[in-house]
Amino acid sequence: MTCGAQERQRSTPGAVRGGEGCGAGGARRRMHLAARFPGAGTTVWSDPLAGSPVDFASFEHFARTAERGLFDFLLLAEGLRLREHRGRIHDPDAVGRPDPLTVLAALAAVTDRIGLAATAGTTFNEPYELARRLASLDHLSGGRAAWHVATCADSFTGENFRRGGFLDRTGLPRVPDPARTGDTPLARAAEFVRAARRLWDSWTPDGRQRPFAHRGRHFDIAGGFTVPRCPQGSPVVIQAGDSPESRESAACTADVLLTPHGPLAAGRERYADVKDRLARYGRTHEDLKVLSGVTFVLGATAAEARERAAGIRRRQISPRAAIVAMERVWGVDLSSWDPDGPLPDFDPEPAGAVSWERCGSADPAAVAHRWRAVSREKGLSIRETVIETADRPAFVGTPEAVAAELDAYVRQRACDGFVLVPHLAPGGLDEFVERVVPLLRERGVLRTRYTGTTLRSHLGLPEPAPGTALPAAGAGRTEQEQAGTPP
Amino acid sequence: MTATTGRGRLLHLAAAVDRPRAYDAAACVALARLAERGTLDFVTLGDCFAGPGLDALQVLARAAPATQRIGLVPTVTTTHTEPFHVQAAVATLDWVSRGRAGWQVEVSATEAQARLFGRRTAAPADRLWQEAGEVADVAGRLWDSWEDDAEIRDTATGRFIDREKLHHVDFEGSTFSVKGPSTVPRPPQGRPVVVVDATLPAARDTAARYADVALLGVASRTEADALRTELRNAAGAQGRDPGALRVLASLAVDLGGGEHAAERGHGGGGPRPGPHGPLYRGGPVDLAELIAAWYATGAVDGFHLRPVEPGRDLERLVNGTVALLQHRGLFRTFYPGSTLRDHLGLPRPANRYARARSGT
Repeated sequence: MTCGAQERQRSTPGAVRGGEGCGAGGARRRMHLAARFPGAGTTVWSDPLAGSPVDFASFEHFARTAERGLFDFLLLAEGLRLREHRGRIHDPDAVGRPDPLTVLAALAAVTDRIGLAATAGTTFNEPYELARRLASLDHLSGGRAAWHVATCADSFTGENFRRGGFLDRTGLPRVPDPARTGDTPLARAAEFVRAARRLWDSWTPDGRQRPFAHRGRHFDIAGGFTVPRCPQGSPVVIQAGDSPESRESAACTADVLLTPHGPLAAGRERYADVKDRLARYGRTHEDLKVLSGVTFVLGATAAEARERAAGIRRRQISPRAAIVAMERVWGVDLSSWDPDGPLPDFDPEPAGAVSWERCGSADPAAVAHRWRAVSREKGLSIRETVIETADRPAFVGTPEAVAAELDAYVRQRACDGFVLVPHLAPGGLDEFVERVVPLLRERGVLRTRYTGTTLRSHLGLPEPAPGTALPAAGAGRTEQEQAGTPP
Repeated sequence: MTATTGRGRLLHLAAAVDRPRAYDAAACVALARLAERGTLDFVTLGDCFAGPGLDALQVLARAAPATQRIGLVPTVTTTHTEPFHVQAAVATLDWVSRGRAGWQVEVSATEAQARLFGRRTAAPADRLWQEAGEVADVAGRLWDSWEDDAEIRDTATGRFIDREKLHHVDFEGSTFSVKGPSTVPRPPQGRPVVVVDATLPAARDTAARYADVALLGVASRTEADALRTELRNAAGAQGRDPGALRVLASLAVDLGGGEHAAERGHGGGGPRPGPHGPLYRGGPVDLAELIAAWYATGAVDGFHLRPVEPGRDLERLVNGTVALLQHRGLFRTFYPGSTLRDHLGLPRPANRYARARSGT
């Protein structure tokens, strides 16, 4: 899967897009913007302007702002289990969120064009039901639905679900079956997406229902899908991740890849790698959009923006949150420690009772080592260390500087656009739309109006061709046999 | 204002807004708004994995911002779904409708539906309804798993929530278990309204234990009366207040025939048994007579009417039958309350965990 020179060609038909929002000379690469409603961790709930994380009015405000900015879509995350810390509910974060697909169906009533994306996991759902809910949203919104495929799952989350009982702490089957080596969350997710696409493809464009059958390692289902073909062919499929497996999987099947934000050079390398993988699956560079998830802080001057960013971090990490962050790493009770005092001088408990957020969490010993080094080097207290080492906002500066930087990332092919995550719900996007969006428009990189009605049209994605997700006629092949077959 | 009979009973009316093979929001929203013009308590929308149609809960979520007062009651099945997801979706419907959500509990009994999921084979109705009861049970617990004042935003201590007011439900059912708490804060109604079609004997125990509203597809007043008494007694035997269970007769209605019934035995006479449950065929005036007569004797608390031809029959129902009942002072002319529980005269339930914590 290494890339030869041929895939490096930058003059693929879609690289300079025709159509909406494009500068006449075609020198500008159009930017795709989306927004995620902030949740626990990013949102600053202590801000007097912070609204309810669950009232519909909050979501309506957020969606209307994003649509005013002519964004491609807004994304809502799902909650499967509240975080716990030492066996008790974790209390420093703004927790509690409604079911994303239900909120998005309601938002379809108060918006006209913006795409509506829901995070939904593949571990605790079944293809038939989830594909049906997503197809329903697509019909109810006139072709604006998207699915962010989540795979993160473990036994802790599983305690809320029928299927959860046989996962261990890392999300692998508790009792590994040698005959089922592919029984990982990622493998299940990939098959889940294939099954969902087959369901969405089971009706012909002229409204005829065809029976479907999918037989694979994780799913063995058959029958008739109750929902006709979607207005946009099928909902947009969004995947996230930065591992080689995630990139390959996205290249094979996703419409959008969400990546973490990083330095420009790293972004360029990743972008080229991801796009180069597409040809293997008979897809062009335009068939998969790469969007970076980013936070931002604006100010009238660069200094003011930096000061605001520092203030946000201080409020995100209260003294209590700092102690809890320490306890997560050390795995022991540190509640009697002074957040303004020095770090623990002993090593973390390897089997410490950290019971949540196992997915993607780093090695505690390595984190502790790094934190102690930072503390020693700069003379920082517990809280100052947690603040110092926390994720920083991706873009901090004046609206002009932020617009220029965003543009640079897209122009230099580090990504096709961004999923913005403001620090404040629901009003945190307002400032961006009022102050940065007009500058991006002046640069000719953002649309000035929606020219299409579907999310696929906003993203410049083709509709899937009818019949392509179905198994070859007459072929009795199972999913196992198809897996790994070149397209 | 609504007139009352007996011990302050109110007449309750609901309508189904199912439109076979309608796949866009407009048709359903129009019917819900029409029903709201008739000040009906709620609309229902069926859902079956094996029949044509969109996800009912999503359709009614789409209708929520387009309506103001009417209750929204989708069917959500419990056999092949995740109880935790079901309760979260219903709670969210309550949030997006600001306290107007209900949930009609239903099971998926056929082998064809089981094949769509490939997880279990078809099972007998009584087993499925036992599980449905457990799902309703755990949903009620999860809706209570956040106390109403759990969100405190205490900047002094850095706590967003008071974790003493969030509760694990530790539910162990016969086919599933749920740890909790819910990820959705307690919905505006405390607990959204649970509706169970108790026509089949297999569903009656679940209705008596967990339903706020029971539907009865019966063609005769005496049968309705007997079943209502049976359900209320069974609810009482579970330690519930029988007065907190609303029993509605569920009838298909065909109002295509004119003002009065063209056929003897219909209209003022009553509905007839049919292959899909009892069917009333006649005029809106005679239907009003029938509703008034059944209601006056205390056989039912109201009616759930399923228009055979939705566009035509719901319009005649609202402008004919309901208008007549309002004129006679038997039915409300406006919504005095804003939540579905208000319409049904059901109090917002106390939180079981808050009660337990305060030691009462």
